[in-house]
Amino acid sequence: MLQRIRNSPPRYWLVVVVILFFIGLPTVIGSFQASEWAQVLILAIAIMGLNILVGYSGQISLGHGAFMAIGAYASAILVHKYKMDYLVTIPIAGLLTGMIGFLFGVPALRLSALYLALATFALAVVTPSLIKRPAELTGGVQGIILPPIDPPPLASDAFTAVTGTAMTSDQWIYYVTLAFALVLFWLAWNLVRHRAGRAMRAIRDGEVAAAASGVNIAGYKTLAFGISALYAGIAGSLFGLAVGFVSPDTFPVALSIQLLVGTVVGGLASIPGPLIGAIFAYFLPIESNQWVPTQTWIPSQIASTVEKAGPAVTYGVVLILIMIFAPNGVVGLITAGYARLRRRLRGAADRDSGQMPPDPQTG
Amino acid sequence: MTLLDVRELGVRFGGVVALDRVSFTVDAGEVVALIGPNGAGKTTLFNVITRVYRPSSGSVLVDGQPVSRMPPHHVVRHGLARTFQNVALFRSMSVLENVIVGDHTRTRSGWLESMIPMPGTVREEAKARTRAMEMIDFVGLGDVAMRPVAALPFGTQKRVELARALVSKPRLLLLDEPAGGISHEEVDATARLLRRIHDELGMTVLLVEHHMAFVMGISDRVVVLDFGRKIAEGSPGEVQRNPAVIEAYLGAA
Repeated sequence: MLQRIRNSPPRYWLVVVVILFFIGLPTVIGSFQASEWAQVLILAIAIMGLNILVGYSGQISLGHGAFMAIGAYASAILVHKYKMDYLVTIPIAGLLTGMIGFLFGVPALRLSALYLALATFALAVVTPSLIKRPAELTGGVQGIILPPIDPPPLASDAFTAVTGTAMTSDQWIYYVTLAFALVLFWLAWNLVRHRAGRAMRAIRDGEVAAAASGVNIAGYKTLAFGISALYAGIAGSLFGLAVGFVSPDTFPVALSIQLLVGTVVGGLASIPGPLIGAIFAYFLPIESNQWVPTQTWIPSQIASTVEKAGPAVTYGVVLILIMIFAPNGVVGLITAGYARLRRRLRGAADRDSGQMPPDPQTG
Repeated sequence: MTLLDVRELGVRFGGVVALDRVSFTVDAGEVVALIGPNGAGKTTLFNVITRVYRPSSGSVLVDGQPVSRMPPHHVVRHGLARTFQNVALFRSMSVLENVIVGDHTRTRSGWLESMIPMPGTVREEAKARTRAMEMIDFVGLGDVAMRPVAALPFGTQKRVELARALVSKPRLLLLDEPAGGISHEEVDATARLLRRIHDELGMTVLLVEHHMAFVMGISDRVVVLDFGRKIAEGSPGEVQRNPAVIEAYLGAA
């Protein structure tokens, strides 16, 4: 066992470091920042779901915000109407959304990529309006306000023991979100390495060959939709928990686009990709919002006319740059860079008959 | 014993008749070649047998069971596996993973077992890996098993595809131009490999091929197609002397 740990490749150590970072993060940042990072993790879960659909099974969805809405409302209604414990409702919301996603995946089979993009986009457009309809159940335009949740004594005491301050509701929600994110990332990692995930990837790479190998194309495509929606549903449910209320406006079309952007920027068909994509998708609009007004070199006339558009423009420009210089997403860029570095190091070592080149400082 | 029975098979694409009432059989243990000029309908025939296309008329029976009405992914369960003319590998995967996908029908774990691997899943995965490695070694690619397929030369990719087809232990192996686009040495190696597939694994082989020396050296029987029709059938020697075949290839004198 110890031997195995010692021999594990560096990326496993990286995973451990990242997990420890996220566990320790709220102890060094404020409560508000913890709530921001909880949003990042929620986005990461939704983006992982979308990544399973787009990156691994080769389908597209411009409407994953709608699945988040369904998950959020499922939880909110269960809490509000049936007085269920919020934490219990999260997996229920996930499963329910997963089933709806699965059903949506059946007609989606008949659509080619472009039409599927349109159909899912329509889903994103229509869902907020549909939600308003049964006002009895969903609270109509007002939405549903959720009771705040307090950290359980055990978690609170542990947090106080480490930081010396009381645990806020936001910090507790952060940890709930982190727990879900860890489990869901682990599940996704398992999925893509085993039979079902391999079948999805096979379909993405070549449907005819996959079918000839005995892979049920329709089955796995709908399955991917279902699992993907399950992730979005859980993310939506956590989103409601983190924000404290749900309303139709919480899930605009822009959210669906943001998810797709995060998926592509992080890196399609990659497990760490969604996390990086989520950090990008969450912070870039906020940062560019703050950055543009501080730039004095932008002529004031332009600045005043494009004041509103500025952040969006910055967002767009950065996005285009990433697509030009990192077409495989940030993770693709890192792996390519790492491979090049290793080749260079090995090449240098080879020339000196297996020894590292002499250090110019000492040699 | 008849393994593959193609009966009066017809395929139309709009007004174009791609196959016109083609009938032939392949007996268990045979190596049968399907030849004909370009556009004769050889690959179409393959695609109908493996249910990529639906026939307009006629039927395909494997071991007496009709396959022409079943969904494409069920065909392999009836003991049919194939390769493709232009190599259809899963480009993002390693050689090993490609071959494991070929084992799909002999493994069971569903999505839940994939996401939460239980000891049974892990065992099944290990077995699939072992079987895949055996086939990769069989086609002589043990050294590159972990490499991504996209980076391999064309001839090597063809052998990966062969291993992927072999791992499902088909009774009938359908090879679409196994000697197409590869070097002389590779053609000879492929011929030897096919002999071993036939002799050691006991598989029946139906192949489409343009390389005549290859076809004549390896097949027990040859079926000749031209313009969607069967124009001749027989031993390699007979077919080579057949005037209709000579005309189809060289044109009328």
